[in-house]
Amino acid sequence: MIEKIVVLEVVLPLLAAPVCVLVRHPRLCRLFSLGVVALCFAIAVAVLLEVRGGGVISYQLGGWPPPLGIEHRVSTVNAYLLALVTAMALVVLSFDSRGGPPRVPEQRKHLYYAVFLLCISGLLGMTITGDAFNIFVFLEISSLSSYILVSLGGHRRAVLSAFYYLVMGTIGGVFFMLGVGLLYQVTGTLNLRDIAVRLEPSLDDRGTVLALALLVVGISIKLAVFPLHHWLPNAYSFAPPKVSAFLAATATKVSFYLLAMILFTIFGAPFVFEELRLQAVLLPLSILAMFLASGAAIFQTDLRRLLAYSSVAQIGYMTLGLSTANATGLAGGLVHLFNHAVMKGGLFLVVACLLYRVGSVHIDALAGIGRRMPLTSAALVIAGLSLIGVPGTVGFVSKWYLVSGVLERGWTAAAVLILLSSLLALVYVGKVVEVVYFRKPPETQPIDHVREAPFGMLAPTWVLAAAAVFFGLTTNWTYGVAREAAELLLAGGI
Amino acid sequence: MSSVQSFSGLWAYWLIIALMMVGLYIVIARDNLIKKVMGLNIFQAAAILFYVTMAKVTGGTAPIVPHDPAHPGGHGGHEILYSNPLPHVLMLTAIVVGVATTALALALAVRIHGDYRTAEEDEAVAYDMDHS
Repeated sequence: MIEKIVVLEVVLPLLAAPVCVLVRHPRLCRLFSLGVVALCFAIAVAVLLEVRGGGVISYQLGGWPPPLGIEHRVSTVNAYLLALVTAMALVVLSFDSRGGPPRVPEQRKHLYYAVFLLCISGLLGMTITGDAFNIFVFLEISSLSSYILVSLGGHRRAVLSAFYYLVMGTIGGVFFMLGVGLLYQVTGTLNLRDIAVRLEPSLDDRGTVLALALLVVGISIKLAVFPLHHWLPNAYSFAPPKVSAFLAATATKVSFYLLAMILFTIFGAPFVFEELRLQAVLLPLSILAMFLASGAAIFQTDLRRLLAYSSVAQIGYMTLGLSTANATGLAGGLVHLFNHAVMKGGLFLVVACLLYRVGSVHIDALAGIGRRMPLTSAALVIAGLSLIGVPGTVGFVSKWYLVSGVLERGWTAAAVLILLSSLLALVYVGKVVEVVYFRKPPETQPIDHVREAPFGMLAPTWVLAAAAVFFGLTTNWTYGVAREAAELLLAGGI
Repeated sequence: MSSVQSFSGLWAYWLIIALMMVGLYIVIARDNLIKKVMGLNIFQAAAILFYVTMAKVTGGTAPIVPHDPAHPGGHGGHEILYSNPLPHVLMLTAIVVGVATTALALALAVRIHGDYRTAEEDEAVAYDMDHS
């Protein structure tokens, strides 16, 4: 039964999208997509419970057995991602943005939900599929729909940012496609597990090394690994805030899973980290991302841009976990996926609340807002503290395991740098909190009319803020699953 | 293998790489959004050609089983060498993706032109500097 259900993760949102186009009623479409995503989330949780402890679910599309047919294959690693993506999609969609993105006229609002569903379906497809070329197809489905979502932001720069994102994303996609082509040339198969079995990577085999290079660069563009991150700050700061929350919480996370899967499952840790020594590139880039992007975040005057730069820095922590190539560090990176999704999703929802009531998220416009919008500001503080890594929040959990993993590897300097970079996070979060609570509102722009955000916005925001504390105190679910996933990846399984 | 041999034996790949770099260069160097889209198209086309090249089997024919009335369902007992059909099938999908990307990119370019009254990237950025 559960083997059959797994395919619905992709099929449900994919079919729901055209239904939204036909229904043409925005409120109905919203409820319908919410229902579909809730169902996907329920399935993802059921699947995660089923595969925990080393189980694998395989679904053969069209009844063609792999390696010839396309296989959907779920183990702890991607079940974890499925649960994360569907959970974040559910929270973000339940956020009542009171009329959706401003650029979309009322009679076209239903299309917004159709595109949203397509994006979800693409992300879930990338996670679930066991076929290399299938990943490319789903990657493009999710990318094309996220370009559209980004372009719906209110400012004219949104469209320009979407165009940049499209150019960068397409280059990344083509690199990925070429990498898959080379792997097919070397192994003669597209099934991921089959590729992993047949591939005997060696430094003398230029085709294999080139395939690895193309795949890693292609995915790194999508993941916004420093210095390929240039599209991200623009895309996240001009997209509708709800879209930023969704993309920040899911799109880069799925790319991270793909990168880990390519490095550990297909090429194998011994080749990538001992023969090729990829960490010699990945580790410095991660540390540079942590410092330069956090440094850039300090000087931003727009809260959205600040958060976007902080995202680039947080991706640095994840790739740092990847480059340790040991169970603790990799689990730290994987648990940071979830933790960062929760806190950054929460922060972007706070941005959406502020934009709705204040009309601007320029730092100066937020002076004294803490008194007028106490609940929204409190959520901002909780998620912000988590971003710094204060004990009792999720940020602390991931940093703890990252530092342990790095120390296990004997990289003392890197461990010190992780802690130092947290100070930069303290500066940029502190800057926002100082303005929101302690600075007097400017006389020219009185904020007396500003009221607390409506319940439909506050509830999802607080769900994420509460999750940032809850999962900071109980790590069984997050770290437990991430650890199991990391051990599975290191053993070369998926 | 000498460099001459590796060039003559792999000329198709050299051609593809050259085409690819032409496309990438246009994307990077041109400010006009439409030219960028065209560069992106050339870049994608090079990747598609790579797959098509890969599918070629020397002496191979199109992978269509000939109809033989004497042996329905077979090909009369003689061996036929086919080209590999799989990469071609994959590229049908990639072409569709390429068309969708181009359509979306052009639609965005139209919207940018509507907002900025220009399709030049540098002029649009300068406009934002002046009107921020």
